[in-house]
Amino acid sequence: MTAPSKLKLFRTTAFRLSLIYLALFGAAALLAIGYIYWNTTILLSRQLDQTIQAELGGLAEQYRAGGMRQLVRTVAERSETPGNSLYYVADSDGRRIAGNLGQISPQLLQETGSVEFAYERPSTNGTERRLAFAKVFQLPGDNRLLVGRDIEDRQVLTRVTRSAILWGLGFMALVGIGGALWVSRKLLARIDAISATAERIMQGDLTERLPRDGSGDELDRLAKSLNRMLGRIEQLMTGLREVSDNIAHDLKTPLTRLRNRVEEALHGSRDEAGYRETLQATIEEADGLIQTFNALLSIARLEAGQGRARWESLDAAALVADVAELYEPVAEERGLVLRAEADAPVTLRGDRQLLGQAIANLVDNAIKYGVPNGKDAGGNHPPDVCISVRRSKGMTDRAATNGAINRGGDKAKSDMGKTESAIPDLAASDLAKTDMAEIIVTDRGEGIPEADRTRVLDRFVRLEASRSAPGSGLGLSLVAAVARLHGGSLVLEDHAPGLKAILAVPLGDGAGKAGAATDAS
Amino acid sequence: MRVLVIEDDQETASFLMRALKESGHIAEHAADGEAGLALARLNAYDVLIVDRMLPKLDGLSVIGLLREEEVRTPALILSALDGVDERVKGLRAGGDDYLTKPYAFSELLARVEALARRTSPEEAATRLSVGDLTLDRLSHKVSRAGEQILLQPREFRLLEYLMKHAGQVVTRTMLLENVWDYHFDPQTNVIDVHISRLRSKIDKNFDTPLLHTVRGAGYTIRDSAQ
Repeated sequence: MTAPSKLKLFRTTAFRLSLIYLALFGAAALLAIGYIYWNTTILLSRQLDQTIQAELGGLAEQYRAGGMRQLVRTVAERSETPGNSLYYVADSDGRRIAGNLGQISPQLLQETGSVEFAYERPSTNGTERRLAFAKVFQLPGDNRLLVGRDIEDRQVLTRVTRSAILWGLGFMALVGIGGALWVSRKLLARIDAISATAERIMQGDLTERLPRDGSGDELDRLAKSLNRMLGRIEQLMTGLREVSDNIAHDLKTPLTRLRNRVEEALHGSRDEAGYRETLQATIEEADGLIQTFNALLSIARLEAGQGRARWESLDAAALVADVAELYEPVAEERGLVLRAEADAPVTLRGDRQLLGQAIANLVDNAIKYGVPNGKDAGGNHPPDVCISVRRSKGMTDRAATNGAINRGGDKAKSDMGKTESAIPDLAASDLAKTDMAEIIVTDRGEGIPEADRTRVLDRFVRLEASRSAPGSGLGLSLVAAVARLHGGSLVLEDHAPGLKAILAVPLGDGAGKAGAATDAS
Repeated sequence: MRVLVIEDDQETASFLMRALKESGHIAEHAADGEAGLALARLNAYDVLIVDRMLPKLDGLSVIGLLREEEVRTPALILSALDGVDERVKGLRAGGDDYLTKPYAFSELLARVEALARRTSPEEAATRLSVGDLTLDRLSHKVSRAGEQILLQPREFRLLEYLMKHAGQVVTRTMLLENVWDYHFDPQTNVIDVHISRLRSKIDKNFDTPLLHTVRGAGYTIRDSAQ
């Protein structure tokens, strides 16, 4: 590891947190040990005091009973007994009369009360200096009595305890700091990996995903959320790129046509009627362009997840009846029968305008392409268009899978489903569980070959068969976008013959039915 | 009809002024929100045409301020912002109609004329009549020359809307919005087919047609004898 990255290690949150914990724990340990130490010291001092006091009491009794002589005798007797007790009886000049202490400094005897002093005691190799604690008592006739105890052992114990505490704390700090460094290094390695990936993503590789170790800890979960976010961003970016590509490809063509027409009119010599005709055609072309542009913008807005503020409880049956009523005369004009099979109300939550437009687009398509071309295309089936509504208890596996593909919209997006992003996967599994309102539009036209059924949902995709008919190739894309916005799906199936479009939208709460139902005939 | 155009784009404004004058209306122009507000306070206009994004004071604020001052002049909002959300915002601010740019002038004119009519007695009348065609809004009965005509509920509403705006041009979008409450473009000419059905019921067996197609604009119902 290089020097700057070592510095980085000390600056991590994990390291700082570890240090704070270490300091807190150290302080608590110090406090606890200090308390115990302090209490023990007090107890020992008190014991010492009491022992000396008791001996003094005993000697005082001897003195009262037999005067100085008896005291001296008793002291001499006691001095014979080995132990930690120390005695010293001195005359007024400080000279020793009795006791087991060697000569001691006369100043010491001038003190009254407690004294602490060093004394020399014979040992195996000469003498050793030891520490003692004593009380000095003044006797009549200016004689002095000193009674004490050896406290050298206690001092040693204190020293040992102190150094043990210091070493212990030092060791703890060492282990703590080491542990902090270890933890932060481990964390830092993962964060560095995430940062590096983020850096690569920022440089433009949107397919990159954050590394995960699958442990399910907080970093792992964070990476998961961020990956989902990245998936969504990638989806939006892809959408945006597609829109710009589409605009480039499919708006430039009519614009060029428009420009050519005007240019030609400008250079050619025509009569007024000719100019008028050109102008009229120009306006129509412009209108078509505006229409395409609006549709593109709508889809882009839908895919960006437009607000749900205007969502209301709607009756799918009423929605269908409304659209059927609007299109019924057109169908009849084209020699088709438009039937709406929706009796029982099916409540869902959504945007009336968007769902209305989606259903209208499906019906519009069905009417446009629902007229059988060949003699046997219609077979024995009457050439009719049927809109029906049904409730489905969750989606079938097949529909859910198809839905997932359709939700992806294009290849890039469905590829994403296999990688980390998981948005389409999740959505598909949600779809499989949710009860749906299915709005089904069927026709008896030529239908769409199975290979093209997903492709036609993309923007501007128009099958060769329909090139001659008017339209922008955005109708089904818009329906698919509306379905996605509502958390549903658009699935195209074979109606043998004809096309069956299933627009599935999750069922709503059913509370507070909005005034979607109108007086449809 | 006296119309105030509050629009900052000079070219759009002069086009609107010219076209409105050619259609026989008096048009005045303000180039920013504050000037527009001052003019609208000062003069009695029949309709205001307000661009949504204006310098100094935006269009929605102009309308909002006027409404606070109890100035009820119908206002048509012009906006480049598409979408039902934007539309709702515009109407909530006190606008009476919302038209998205780019628009056809015929559409704008039809809507302006419809707005000017709002305050007219037809709005509240229980009986509407054009020539010998009468529509009773209470009993939902329609008759022509004393002969009762049976209409489907939607056909009734379509005719009602047309008759309410008798003599004016009504565009397909206006019909779709006001009769069907759909604010999207249905691509196919669904409205035309509904109109032709209605026409077959009210005009077919009579000498003088009342329901006319206005080329490049929409439809109008009027007594051609007038």
